[in-house]
Amino acid sequence: MIRLENITKTYQSGETVTKAVDDVSLQVEKGTIYGVIGYSGAGKSTLVRMVNLLERPTNGKVFINDVELTSLSTGKLQKTRQRIGMIFQSFNLLKTGTVHQNIAIPLKLTGVPKKEIENRVDKYLEIVGLSDKRDAYPSQLSGGQKQRVAIARALAHEPDVLLCDEATSALDPDTTESILALLEQINRDFGITILLITHEMHVVQKICHEVAVMENGKVIEQGRVVDIFSQPETSTAKRFVQSLFQDELPESLVTRLKENGQIVNLSFIGERSGSPALAHVSKKFDVYPSILAGNITQLKDQPFGRLIVHLEGNADETNRAVAFLEESGVVVEGYVQEVEAHVS
Amino acid sequence: MSAKISEFLDLWGADIWSAIIETFQMVGISLLISVLIGLPLGVLLVLTRPEKALENKVLFRLLNTVINVIRSIPFIILLFFILPFTKMIAGTTIGVKGVIVPLVVFTAPYIARLMESALLEVDRGVVEAYEAMGVKTRHIIWHVLVRESRSSIVLGLTIATIGLIGATAMAGLVGAGGLGDLAYRYGHLRYEVDVMYVTVFLLIVLVQGLQSFGNILSARLKKD
Repeated sequence: MIRLENITKTYQSGETVTKAVDDVSLQVEKGTIYGVIGYSGAGKSTLVRMVNLLERPTNGKVFINDVELTSLSTGKLQKTRQRIGMIFQSFNLLKTGTVHQNIAIPLKLTGVPKKEIENRVDKYLEIVGLSDKRDAYPSQLSGGQKQRVAIARALAHEPDVLLCDEATSALDPDTTESILALLEQINRDFGITILLITHEMHVVQKICHEVAVMENGKVIEQGRVVDIFSQPETSTAKRFVQSLFQDELPESLVTRLKENGQIVNLSFIGERSGSPALAHVSKKFDVYPSILAGNITQLKDQPFGRLIVHLEGNADETNRAVAFLEESGVVVEGYVQEVEAHVS
Repeated sequence: MSAKISEFLDLWGADIWSAIIETFQMVGISLLISVLIGLPLGVLLVLTRPEKALENKVLFRLLNTVINVIRSIPFIILLFFILPFTKMIAGTTIGVKGVIVPLVVFTAPYIARLMESALLEVDRGVVEAYEAMGVKTRHIIWHVLVRESRSSIVLGLTIATIGLIGATAMAGLVGAGGLGDLAYRYGHLRYEVDVMYVTVFLLIVLVQGLQSFGNILSARLKKD
């Protein structure tokens, strides 16, 4: 379990003080995959690096399994860090070492017995699917394979927690998928708690149980992934959700349709599909619903769907229809032609 | 022709041979000691700079200044300048034994600089990954910093060794002999041009061979 209490990190260069992370508190329960998402410069990388004190917080406390890391001596901190795995965007392998050496050397340096080292190298290479690359050098591997070696290196210490600093950002989409699947498998099979940071909503959608959205050093929204997907509150969170659904409507169409009725955004989770409810609407009320855009995507444990629907009819009827939809468990929002492109 | 060669060898063979031995002795011993001093100094230069593991402004500046001062002094001046120091350390100021001290004082700071630039090339991320795994700093120095820069270290040492061979030419002034001294005393001062050509040729072969060896070893150690 990871617990951050009022973490702040400020950098000072001359007169100017920059707050990279501003009073962030969050808790990652044992066995969950927790995502922190934000645009570049949001402070997420600094945040994850403070979890194992690669960067010391200016203020605040870091707890892992109820041990306060921020109060430990250097020696004790090193011991504790051996139970916290970390993988990076740039893999950070020894160029001069083979795959085998890259996993074995850190084990040797942290005092794992020789025989045990060989067992673990074999075991974890097998898990990441690289048993045949044992004697290859990193320069002979693809990006995805390098990240697999890095994952095996982290797992070989048999950690309770795995930190991922933009672990898939340097990889192509197919490779990203396979690394995410591997992370999910690790979480499932070994119960390792994973804290990952990313700027891709896709990563959160695919494997995270919970998510925090960061902006300007602050966590502006956090909760279960399904909740953030169905009811994002901040405009940043909305933009991230929007990034997964290519359902922008042409402006002329929106203007024309709004003249007789309203356009709504329906979000529904799991088996409780929005479509049957929509079918009832046309029977119960004097309303003609027509689907303008729609998409169903798979969240970690359940499907999540979004429909943009035009409800044709007078204001009274369409409002009643909306109320009915909400009663049936569908999240309804007015369609807003917005989401200006984010410049980062 | 062959009669001429055997006549030359009869006359100069023994001198040239002992000069080769002396050069190898001077270079070998002072290189070894210089590496033992220069490598740790290079590591210290890297680790004490701002935002590194053992950040220490005072020590970093002190090291920097001392190294720059020593490196400013031409070897020929250094050789005489530190005579009392040489006497204190080696007990003598003449012969191979007497020249080792100034050679080390001359070369160790040079090696420290070469090591510094080699170590600075190591990817910060790898060091960080090892810190994150709870590996002790002294282990990181050897198993990450030195290991990852070993190809550049070998190239740096090749450069330092060739510089050292050049410096030993002046060792003759304190009676330490060597190839450079032979070329200067007999070849230049006594107009025995044959001796000068042969020793210069031997020095060329030596430097050429060393550089090739260094390049090959460095390429072999490099894995990317």
